[in-house]
Amino acid sequence: MSDENQNHDVEAHARRLLEEMRQLHSPAPSGPAKIAVENFTASFGANKCLRNINLTIHPQERLAIIGPAGSGKTTFLRSLNRLNDLEHDFSHAGRILLDGEDLYARDMDVPALRRRLGMVYAVPAPLPWSIYENLVFGPRLMGLRNRADLDERVETALRSSFLWDEVKDRLTMTATDLSGGQQQRLCLARVLALEPEVLLLDEPCSGLDPISTAKIEQALAELKARYSIVLVTNNTKQAARASDRTAFFLMGELIEVGPTQQMFTNPAHGRTSDYITGHFG
Amino acid sequence: MRLSPATSQRLAVTFLWTLAAATMGLLLFIVAFILVQGMPYVTWEFLSQSSRSMGREGGIFPMIVGTLWVAGLAVMIAAPVGVITAIYLTEYTREGKLTHVIRFGADCLAGIPSIIFGLFGFVFFVITLGMGLSVISGALTLAMMVLPTIIRTSEEAIRAVPASYRDVSYGLGATRWDMVTKVVLRSALPGIGTGIVLSIGRSISETAAVMLTAGSALRLPSSAFDSARTLALHFFILSREGISMPKAYATASVLILAILAINLTAYWVMQRFVAKAR
Repeated sequence: MSDENQNHDVEAHARRLLEEMRQLHSPAPSGPAKIAVENFTASFGANKCLRNINLTIHPQERLAIIGPAGSGKTTFLRSLNRLNDLEHDFSHAGRILLDGEDLYARDMDVPALRRRLGMVYAVPAPLPWSIYENLVFGPRLMGLRNRADLDERVETALRSSFLWDEVKDRLTMTATDLSGGQQQRLCLARVLALEPEVLLLDEPCSGLDPISTAKIEQALAELKARYSIVLVTNNTKQAARASDRTAFFLMGELIEVGPTQQMFTNPAHGRTSDYITGHFG
Repeated sequence: MRLSPATSQRLAVTFLWTLAAATMGLLLFIVAFILVQGMPYVTWEFLSQSSRSMGREGGIFPMIVGTLWVAGLAVMIAAPVGVITAIYLTEYTREGKLTHVIRFGADCLAGIPSIIFGLFGFVFFVITLGMGLSVISGALTLAMMVLPTIIRTSEEAIRAVPASYRDVSYGLGATRWDMVTKVVLRSALPGIGTGIVLSIGRSISETAAVMLTAGSALRLPSSAFDSARTLALHFFILSREGISMPKAYATASVLILAILAINLTAYWVMQRFVAKAR
């Protein structure tokens, strides 16, 4: 390789790094909150899994939630789309507002609410049907019947999750026959087909190879323009790469939240830096 | 004396093989014995004609129709009730006293001898409700008998559906009803179907309970309120009263082949269904 070429490579690399740094630096968008969590406490029986959480999630931002196992990250996520309601001993205090509307209001249409906050789970969970059927399941529940509309949603969703090129010729293939990474991107697409307002991701890359992980992170970076994204992750490097702000949970409490760049270079709390640098957790 | 590992292994394998072969051999022997005795008399006339002189002459057409009536109606009554009960137990209620009572009740029901069901059916449906010895009395009695099988197999099948399917369905905005009908039942259908097929087999081969409730009329039943004689009961009467052993074996052959055909068809349909659903 000639010196000139090498210089060119180094320059390109530096430029990419700079661009990434700039993205990381982008300040949290201000303006009205998409989701406002106010003094929220969640309990299962006598066990308080979340205590007095106060947190704002803005439109068009990627919020990463990090913290050791059992810190309440997943409970927090499942509180946002009311999946915790399925546990019989769940109870809560405080409020969570979505566009100023209390999620736990008595007359809330919960299935409709869950369509507005699409969730992707840690383990890829395609239903044992074809790719197409997986994707149209949600839209059909909403009452969409028109074949052309459904087809369009399927294509848009698969394109947004970078899966379209891999599966466009075999939409009738059984979804469980896809690879793990493809299955998880299918689950992301399945949620996008609902055209939600917020994406909730619960350790979506925990079982995936680096390439699939990169594809999902890339998808999230682009989806940020349209959605608020809440990303629970066990991988602090992922939080650093793929979020604008980061919140650190510990034993059911929100220790600290701030711009990702700041959290990873100069956290306000010792516990945060201990966790990030791997001293515990 | 100590055996070398290889020898003891060989002994164990031989022992297990012998037992397995004995089981299969016994089944094959019974089936072959009956078919050899009965098949020569199974002719088109035997299948398509009515019985004459108490079954000594003629065929078993009315019994075939009667069996289809009684068993078909029984499963048509028991299957919806059983599947709905299973859905309630698994999806609509938490484990508690009530579910234990229901499940315990179903298990007890399964353990009751069929003659007791027959007696109950006779007293309750035939006499108290005034249905008489009829297809409907027999079908209702059989429905009670096979209900526990349908409940338990459906319950197992529904429980085997991964919990993640439920989370996913709810996450995509499904109501509980959507989740049950569009996701859970769809995945559990092969298992539920197996339970229903088992119940069909059991209904067809039941003798004691139908004798006391559906009666033993030789003529073709023309409605659900007519008395009807099933194949199994026909076989019992022919042999018990020494009317005609050849006809009895021929009837038994038809019964065995019918059950075999139902099981194989159901197996094939399930396989196709599973292949399509996956």
